Amino acid sequence: MADDVKALSAQLAQDPASLVFLRLGELLRQRGQLDAAHRVALGGLERHPHLADAHDLYARVLADKRDYERAFDEWDMALRIAPAHVGALKGLAFLYFKVGDVAQAVSHLEAAQRAAPDDPGIIQAVAMVRGGQASAAASGLGIERAPEPAARGAAPLEEARVFAGLEGAQEGLLLLDASGRVLGGALRDPSGRDVSEPVAAYLAGVSQEAARSAKLLGLGTWTGLSAEGRQGHVHLAQPTSEALLLVVRDRSVPMGRLAIIAQRAAQAAQRWLEQQG
Amino acid sequence: MTAAGFGRALDLVTRVRGVRGAMLVSAADGLVVADQLMEGIKGPAVAALAGSLASRLGRAMTAAGVGESVFWHLQGSGGALLVVPAASGILVVAVAEPEVNVGLVRLELLRAAEAVA
Repeated sequence: MADDVKALSAQLAQDPASLVFLRLGELLRQRGQLDAAHRVALGGLERHPHLADAHDLYARVLADKRDYERAFDEWDMALRIAPAHVGALKGLAFLYFKVGDVAQAVSHLEAAQRAAPDDPGIIQAVAMVRGGQASAAASGLGIERAPEPAARGAAPLEEARVFAGLEGAQEGLLLLDASGRVLGGALRDPSGRDVSEPVAAYLAGVSQEAARSAKLLGLGTWTGLSAEGRQGHVHLAQPTSEALLLVVRDRSVPMGRLAIIAQRAAQAAQRWLEQQG
Repeated sequence: MTAAGFGRALDLVTRVRGVRGAMLVSAADGLVVADQLMEGIKGPAVAALAGSLASRLGRAMTAAGVGESVFWHLQGSGGALLVVPAASGILVVAVAEPEVNVGLVRLELLRAAEAVA
């Protein structure tokens, strides 16, 4: 296999514009040489920015490096270029499953199955996802799933009581970092299910996009993002440049009041983050 | 809907005092469908970001159990971006001054969204 890497590297060196980087990057990824795979994938992507397979390869490397937010973006981009790209559909299914969104995971797998009806891995993955078996599903998708970190940073720091004394501290206030990991608080959906982690994962990157939008429009620094849903209202604030705060309430709480609640919670979060130091 | 129809929908929004421009954006790919923007606003880039932000926010809101987004409002120290997703998969977007009447813009965005749905 080392010889394969050498041979493919030589081919790529001779013809940097060739598509051999796809095979080389995947081979390196499979061997666990993620930094090398990352360099190869990124180099290929720079030369072939409109090639869905290049985005798929890069996303796989990012997923292996646990950079799920960017992996999501790359697979999303691959699908925009090639809407039936099986690798991207499988990758997104994996990420949706990872954040607990089984319906979306199955939907993406079914789309993959329509594009590649004879792929036994997809058939297996659909069954496993429906059965809640993460590692088997990931295996079926051809996406290596590395062991979870021993001390998972995503666990809510209940003992820290970041929002102690504030209304809805354990059901409607969530503090997360820029990578979509929960720092404190908790969020429950109307049925009482803890949805802190999936919501945090989906919100990763929102603050950067909000900042880019505000900059582009000359809106200055963004100070808040409020949204009205059919069953409830949400407000996002940025207590520090590294953190994002989400406040969720039902529709009986007016948007203006929600902004005030968010302001108080942001101050509490800011103090708590400073103490954590 | 015709270009004139899109124009009439945008007129509802841009006539509100303090609105610097309005756009109809395809939610699926973040492309501009129609716009009425003041000079200097980079429509295609704003549309792409609005589409992406709407997508992320929509997924988070659905996961949080508050349902689909009806209206969202990005507040900045120098202005605001206000968005209403229409049933047709189009985002109705307004760019406004900081002192704009948000309630009024929201109403007109909702009317425009109905018109393009």
